Order: sequence, then structure tokens, then C-alpha cells
Amino acid sequence: MFTKRRSLLRDAWLLIGRLGPTYIRHARSVKSVRTMAECGGGDSSTSSHTMDKSITLPPDEIFRNLENAKRFAIDIGGSLTKLAYYSTVQHKVAKVRSFEHHTEDAASDKLYEISVQEEVTARLHFIKFENAYIETCLDFIKDHLVNTETKVIKATGGGAHKFKELIERKLGLKVDKEDEMTCLIKGCNFVLRNIPHEVFVYAKHADSEFRFQTTHPDIFPYLLVNIGSGVSIVKVESEDKFERIGGSSIGGGTFWGLGALLTKTKRFDELLQLASRGQHTNVDMLVKDIYGGSYGSLGLTGDLIASSFGKSATADKEFSKEDMAKSLLHMISNDIGQLACLYAKLHNLSRVYFGGFFIRGHPVTMHTITYSINFFTKGEVQALFLRHEGYLGAIGAFLKGAEEDNPNQYSWGENYAGSSGLMSVSPDMNPLQRARSGTFDMLEMDRLERQLVNLPLLQDSSSYIPDTVDLTEDALAREYWLDCFEEALDGVVKRAIGSQPDIPEVTERAEKFRQKYRNKLQTLRHQPFAYGSLTVRSLLDTREHCLNEFNFPDPYLKIKEKENDMALKYYLKVVKSLEELGWEQRQLALVRGVLAGNVFDWGAKAVSDVLESDPEFGFEEAKRQLEERPWLVDSYDQWLQRLKQGPPHKCALFFVDNSGMDIILGVMPFVRELLSRGTEVVLASNSGPALNDVTNGELQILIERIAAMDPVIQAGLMDDRLTLVQSGSSSPCLDLSRLDKVLAMVVRERQTDLIVIEGMGRAIHTNYYATLNCESLKMAVIKNSWLADRLGGKLFSVVFKYEVPAGKLSQNSSALTPS
Amino acid sequence: MSIKNASFPWFGMDIGGTLVKLVYFEPRDITAEEEQEEVENLKSIRRYLTSNVAYGKTGIRDVHLELKELTLCGRTGNLHFIRFPTHDLPAFLQMGRNKHFSSLHTTLCATGGGAYKFESDFRTMADLQLHKLDELDCLIRGVLYIDSVVSSGPSECYYFENPTDPDRCVQRPYTLENPYPLLLVNIGSGVSIMAVYSENNYKRVTGTSLGGGTFLGLCCLLTGCSTFEDAIEMASKGESTRVDKLVRDIYGGDYERFGLPGWAVASSFGNMISKEKRESVSKEDLARATLVTITNNIGSITRMCALNEKIERVVFVGNFLRVNTLSMKLLSYAMDYWSKGQLKALFLRHEGYFGAVGALLELLHPS
Repeated sequence: MFTKRRSLLRDAWLLIGRLGPTYIRHARSVKSVRTMAECGGGDSSTSSHTMDKSITLPPDEIFRNLENAKRFAIDIGGSLTKLAYYSTVQHKVAKVRSFEHHTEDAASDKLYEISVQEEVTARLHFIKFENAYIETCLDFIKDHLVNTETKVIKATGGGAHKFKELIERKLGLKVDKEDEMTCLIKGCNFVLRNIPHEVFVYAKHADSEFRFQTTHPDIFPYLLVNIGSGVSIVKVESEDKFERIGGSSIGGGTFWGLGALLTKTKRFDELLQLASRGQHTNVDMLVKDIYGGSYGSLGLTGDLIASSFGKSATADKEFSKEDMAKSLLHMISNDIGQLACLYAKLHNLSRVYFGGFFIRGHPVTMHTITYSINFFTKGEVQALFLRHEGYLGAIGAFLKGAEEDNPNQYSWGENYAGSSGLMSVSPDMNPLQRARSGTFDMLEMDRLERQLVNLPLLQDSSSYIPDTVDLTEDALAREYWLDCFEEALDGVVKRAIGSQPDIPEVTERAEKFRQKYRNKLQTLRHQPFAYGSLTVRSLLDTREHCLNEFNFPDPYLKIKEKENDMALKYYLKVVKSLEELGWEQRQLALVRGVLAGNVFDWGAKAVSDVLESDPEFGFEEAKRQLEERPWLVDSYDQWLQRLKQGPPHKCALFFVDNSGMDIILGVMPFVRELLSRGTEVVLASNSGPALNDVTNGELQILIERIAAMDPVIQAGLMDDRLTLVQSGSSSPCLDLSRLDKVLAMVVRERQTDLIVIEGMGRAIHTNYYATLNCESLKMAVIKNSWLADRLGGKLFSVVFKYEVPAGKLSQNSSALTPS
Repeated sequence: MSIKNASFPWFGMDIGGTLVKLVYFEPRDITAEEEQEEVENLKSIRRYLTSNVAYGKTGIRDVHLELKELTLCGRTGNLHFIRFPTHDLPAFLQMGRNKHFSSLHTTLCATGGGAYKFESDFRTMADLQLHKLDELDCLIRGVLYIDSVVSSGPSECYYFENPTDPDRCVQRPYTLENPYPLLLVNIGSGVSIMAVYSENNYKRVTGTSLGGGTFLGLCCLLTGCSTFEDAIEMASKGESTRVDKLVRDIYGGDYERFGLPGWAVASSFGNMISKEKRESVSKEDLARATLVTITNNIGSITRMCALNEKIERVVFVGNFLRVNTLSMKLLSYAMDYWSKGQLKALFLRHEGYFGAVGALLELLHPS
């Protein structure tokens, strides 16, 4: 039976999801949006070009949730408009509730009551489109805005005054202008604080052009160099304290204006295209043109530009448009880079972000600016760019208007399902293609129910990277995982349909989900950097977001219930057999129990068949299948030594994984042993569903049941030595830098000195290299043959990694390096 | 004469990216005895240089800069300042060959990048061995020397009084008695910025490729002109505000939130993104805007360097400033306005010749 399980278990790992939003769409929106495209085609007075009239935009993807939209803000730039609004999203959420004790009949039948409830969450929508569409977009909004209490629209950007009258007339809202720079800074602070992979450095010739940076928990101080028509250099010291410390008139407008004069090319994009094909050395005077070589005593190399346009000081020579555009690009980028460095040095700042239309999505300018910064600071300062740079003004204007809602009090998360992601606009792409791909760009941010903070036990939160493998940089791994997720898609769709047997339109919704996630995977194949570093975690989270989008709340809910129910029946038996073992034998058996339980990722069909017929047999079988010691990574001896010789831990924080066998027969006996030793235990489980992971709601009921059978657990609860907290996450993986604030507080109060992280998602795909400043135990069974291969092991290899922070106890560190 | 001087002729040469600068010391105290001994070639060179003010099509002697009755190494004479475009260097070498310059067995001290680039040409075309000197050493030595020897006539160093008030802005002499520390900004084809703490203690702080060469290069492309003089002449007749986008063009007035006055340039050439405006500007406007853009940029980089180096006096030199009062006033204005009067912009009459002077001094007093 277990011979078949290789591929099945892989599927198991990848399968399933949950939740979903509104899927009510407006019939008339189809028509409206088509008109929008036609309108864009007819308008030739703008900087845009003729649009293909056949373009039909997916109507249900733009201006979503307008029905209950409020607090509009708009940022109108030279060519693009960014619109922002706030909406509430209703989605179905599966809730579990313990039966009252007197309803005996029901209790005997089912473990807990499942109800699907409507939950309302807040969402921020940001849409970017060409100014040519503005009138049609306003009409569309007007048509769909149902009884909003909104009276004003916050506006910013250079074009705001130009369209003021139009906006007021169309929407009947009063335009309230906000200072551009203030909005920009507010927006910048917001994305830096809420989007983990917001910041990147650009490396043209590296395997992955975009290298995402861990945002330091303290985002201040920083320098923002905004390159619009001119350049503004702003020093930001805190949320409300910033100062324009300088600027320059040589900016994007200079490139565009001077470029148009020199090359007779009108469009900014086309000028960049010209530049990317040119040779600046034909126009510029280089050091070697003056010296014949380098200027050694000053360390100036021969290729350095001594005088921009120095060779064009002649009436009798023709220069190509491409060469002149390139020379101009270098001149302006170098100049801005130099000034930025001088300001950074004067104010002693090392974080310098670049934005503005000159930079926006243009690899050519990101490259030249990066080059310039490297040159002038000799690598001491890195040029940093922002993934959502184009939205900063709109976000800031929105936040100005929403101050009474205190959006900065909450944590927000990027909704991958509704966000377009970062586009790399290749200069080789023709303008029509470019315009199409960038016609409507979207960002959605969901308000998280819980405020998220760093785990206080992280050794260095500024350098912590949750993910073990960066698929953006590892092309082989990327290809494997993208294929893997694509292959598993059929199964996920089937599971989603199966989870809602009596609900109408389920097949259509599941198909929409399939379409959406497949598109995401396609995008990620071409642009792995679209949502920050691509990781197994981000692929899993994106799938969860997409399932959410189409209203599949917790597809595993019933399966989890069934398995929890069965596992409970064997709990006492497992505990009893463990009790019968001697102390040392029992310690190993407990660990093996956790590992065996972890084999059971539900959805693994081979396993589930056994479970349904004879769960006890399945658990025993899994134990037998476990790799024999020494494991792939094995520091069990050190762990045992620690238990034998050291004092009991004060408090253990346990990040749990799957429901059923895993939590009940694997984790709980282990927890029981810790409690018996006098160690307090904090069980951290997901706030929302992900795959078959046990949620906080489910775990509360399970613990209640176990306590009713087991006096040790009962006593633990009574004495407050066993505590349940939620992680704040709905991911099968774990980001220790974004955890529930309450969890962080409990961890601190209890003086936690041991962290246990269980399962592949939390201990292998993420956190494998996380360094903590207390003892930690990472346990997982590798249930994916490709990964096992890569780690130098076999399927069902065991990772048991016990670590003690340097200086606390000496031990052999076990390294897991991909071979 | 106790010291054995270098034999005549005394030249100092600075071969830049655009211009060759040549200083020539014409001894006026030649004794009859000396004159008898003097070889014909030497006489011929002296006669040629001192009796003309233009050489070939492009060589020019800046008569107004000539320093008369100068005593140098015990000899008295006149110091002449001559320039010609670097691309005419072959013609110059041909002339040297025709006049048998090499027979004089003189050492030719040269600085600037061309001293390196054309070293072999000097050897093969004119049979001359160059003594190559560092550009910045020469520049600083030359500045300090000229400032110290000019005592009569117009003051070498000057500044603009009331730079922020066009009606009251006047040129005034300045005494560089105690010059250190100073920021020395040399605007040739490109720009070098040096912090000078004493005659022998200085460093190159930074530089920019947006210099005189950029001004002329862009003007040639934009207006079809071909000489620096034409470009400056056009610029003086143009109006840059038609080309540039000003703060008031965007904000209707001052951008008070950030203390930016409405007249400040927000985007150089920013108006040129519009087709109508491109069609309505004149070549003169474009030349003016180019001049203003390059000058202001040099001003702002200089100002940042002055702040980083904590230096309050800036001396601007280099041939970009030749016949270019417009730029000098702009630099004076920019230094004064943006530093709220903290920074002073100073200029020197011999603008572009200091490197060549430094090279000549090296011939006479090897350091």
C-alpha cells in the first residue's frame, strides 16, 4: 500500500485550500469595460497611442467591491491615474463550535458543530490605469457605487487640479487636495511596514534581476529620492517627521524634454527603448579619450565619462538617436546618483529608496541609477527600489482621508489573488504590448484581524529570512515547484468541489479558481519576482488566497473533523502504552510519535484509506515506515542528554501542524510529557485554515476533549500551565516576523526557553535556518521525494534538529545543505 | 645668476579634452651677448608667438591676460597665454617640426590628459620628449602662483557683490591672502572638485561629467552652432524659462511646504515634453537653458561638497567660465542663495590657464 504513496503524498502536501469572497458579478460591467477600452482607443490627445479596440478587460477583476466602497482617493500623475478605495469583503468562514454537553445524541455522532458564517473583513483597493481612461473609469464607478456615505475624494499628484472639475461632476464628490510629498511619504511608510518583500535591489546581470531585502523592523530613518520631472530628496525620520533636504532640476522631465529635442522621439518609453540600444561612447568623452587610458593616480578608469556629450561639440558629425538617448540617460542617472550620495553622506543615511516615473518599472533606469550609486559610494550605499512605488501617492492620499479609521493601527497583508504583482517591462517589448500589460494594474491589501509583530525570541529580526530556499534565485528548484503546483491543481479543484456538495455554482467557482491560480503560476514562471521572492510559502499562500477569492472556506473542514474524532478514540491507548515504557525509551517513542503523526498530511490518499478503515493500524504503520536512526539530520542524542541533565524547561512554545493523528496522537503525548516534567506549554496554531492544519478554533475543542480524558492535561489547563494561542497566520508555513501580538506577549511573560517547530511547512520550507536565542527543536518528515533527494535523503527521511544558541551549551550543529 | 636656469624657450602646456593651453615666457631682459648666442630657431619662435595674436585658423593669444614685466627665476619678461583646440594638436606638432623645435633640446613640460594620450605623437611627429605632470598638482600650483604675482592692473581674484540682486550685482576684487581651506572647482570639458588645505595638501573630492563639454556638445546638437563663443552669444540672447519648467509652473507660485520659490527651476527642459512648446522655443532659448542647467548643476554639487567638507570659500576656474559672465553670476547667486549667504563664489581672471602655468613652474622649480 505504501509503495504507491510517493506521488500521492506529494499531492497530499500540495492539495487543498479554503475560504472565498464574493463572487457576485455585475452583468452590465462587461459592457462598461468594453466601452472603456474603446474610449481609450478614440482618445489620441493623450500621451497614449492607439489601442486595439478588441481588448476586453476581465470585468470582475477591476474595481472590485464597489458596492460598498468608501473613502476614495486619487493620485493623478503625468500619464497614470491611481485610484484607491476601501471596501468591506464578505466571505464565508467555517466556524467550529463545541456541542453543549447536554445534547448527548449529537455529541456521540459528531465531534463538533460546523457552521459556515459570513465574515466581513476590510480591504484596500488600489487600481492604476492610464489617464486616457479616467472619464470612463469615473463613469463606471458612478454606476456601481451604491449608497455610499462618502462625500469627499482625496486627491494628489500633478494632474489632480486638471481633472478636479471632471471628478466633482462625475462622482458628485468634493475633491480635497493633499500635498503630494506628504502622501508619498505616508504611502512609503505604509508599504515598508506591511509588505515583507517590498524592497529590492536591482542587479541586471544576476540570475534574478530583483533581489528582495528584509525590511528592518525599524523602517526609519531613510532617504527617498523621488525622480519625477525634477528630483526631490526627502529625509524621513518618523511617521510624521520628514524634510525635503534637497533636489535637482535634472530629472525625468529633463530626460524626456531634452530627449525629445535631440531625437524627435515623443514618448518617454520610446526614449528609454532608444537608450537601451545606444552606445554612449560615441557621444560622450571618456577619460580614455582625454588620457589615452586611465587616470591612474586618481583611480579613474578609462571608460569613465569625463564629459557627457563631449564628443558632440562639433557641427560636422551626425549622431544616432540611440547613442544620444543613451548618453542622456547616463548623464541624468549619474547626476542624480551623485547628488543622492552626497545627501546620504551629509545626513549619514544608508537606506536610500528611489521612486518616481523615471524609475517606475524601468529596468534601464534602475540599472543606471544602481550603477551610479555603486560608483559614487564604492558600494557603501545600495540603491533600493520599491515593488509598489507607483502606488505610494495614492496610498498616502487614502491614508490621509482615512485617519479616523486609524489604518496604521492594524496590520495589512497583500492579497496575492487580487494584486497584479511587479511587472518587468522589458525595453524590447513594443509599446502596444507594454500598454496592454500595464492597462490596469491592481494592488489589494487585506486588513488582518490580528496585529502582527516579531517573535521576541528571534536572534536578529533584521536579518531573519523565513524561507529556506529562494526560488527567485534557484532556477532548478523554481521549475520543479511550479510544475509541482501546476500538476496538483486538478486535485485541488476536485477537493474544493467535494467540500461543498450541496452549494450551487460550485463547479463554476472551482473552475474560476483553477483559471486564476493557473494564471498566477504562469505569471510567476515569467516573473518569479512578481510578489517578492518566490518561495514554496508564497506559492502555497497564493493558492490559499485564490481559493479564498472563490469562496471555498476550509475544504478540509469535514475531513479534519472525522480524523480528529477517530484519533481521539485512540488517545488514551497511545498514552497508556507510552506510560508503560521506561523513561529513556519513552523519550524516543514520544519523538517517533510526533514524527509518525506528521507523516499524516491528510489528502494523502494512500494514508487516508488506511485511516478510514483502521486508524490505529495507520499510526503504527507510519511508525514502522519512519527512517531508522541515524536520521537525515539527527541531534536526538543531544536532546536526550539535555532532558537527562538539564533542569526542566521553564516554558515551551510549540508551533503545531496537522490535525488528527499529528496533533492528537503525536503532539499531545509529547506535550503531556513536558507538562509532567514541570514545563509550561504554549500551543500555537493557525488563526485561519490552511490545508489540513489544525486551527486554533479546532484545537480548543480537541484540548477540551482530551482534558476530559486525561487528568494531566486537565491539570495543565486548570493551573494555566497549558495555554493555547493563535499564530495570527493562515499559512501552512510560518513567518516568525509576523506573529500575533498576543502570542509575542505570552512568550515574553512566560519566559519561554524552548521553541518546538513541527512539520515540513514550518520547519523545512521555512525556519530551517532561523536562529533563535533560546533552545529550539525542529522536527519534520520529508514527504516530498524531490526535496528529500535534494537534501541527500529518501522519502520519509527525518529531520530532527535540536539547537542551543551559541554560548548556552555546546553541541554538534547539524547542517542540512542541499547537495 | 647663481642658479642654472632651464634653457629657453620656457613653455608650460596643458592638453585638455577640448583645448590646449600654452603659456610662454618671453624674456625681455636679453643681453646683447645672449642675443648673439641665441640660435635662430629660438628667435623665430619668439618672434612668431609674440608678434601674432592668432595662429593658424584656431590658435589664439589672450592678449588681455598677458602678464608684463614679470620676474621669473631672476629673469624679467612677459608671460603669454595661448590656446587652441585639442583636435588641432597635429597642426601644432607639424609646426614644431617645421620650426625644428627639437633642435633646442628643451624639456617640454606638459600636463592634462593629452600629455599622456599624445606623448608618442610628440615623439614621432615632432621628435619631442614630454615631461608629463599631474594635472591637479599643476592646477593648484598655478592658481597659487598667479594669485601671488599679480599685483598691478585688475585683481586676479574677484567676486560678485549682491549676487541675488541683478540691479546691484557688481564685480569686486577679492584678496586671497589667506586662501585655505578652499574648494577649487575646475570646469573644463568635465568638472573636478578639489579641497585644498595647503599648497601641498589637497584632495580631489569628486567630479562630474556635466561640464563645459556638455554645454557645448548639447548646444551644437540643439542649435547647430559650432563654437563656444557662438553658444555663449546665443545663450545671452535667450530665455531659459520657456524651456525649463519652474516651480510656479507646477504649483502656481512658491511650494511653501518645502520653501521652494516659484522662480526656481523644477525640471530642466521640463517644458520640452510638450510638442507645442518644443515648436515655440528659439535656438537662443535652448542655448540659454543648456547653460543654466549645466551651471546650476555644478553649483549644487559644489555646494554639497562644501557642506560635506565644511569649507566656505569656493574658487571656480576653467575655460567654461571664459567670456561667460552669465555662468559666473549664476554660480554666485546659487552659492549665496542656497547657503543663505554662507558660501562665497570666487573667480580668477586667468580662468583656464593655471594648469599650464603650473607646468611651466615645474620646468623652472622641479618639485
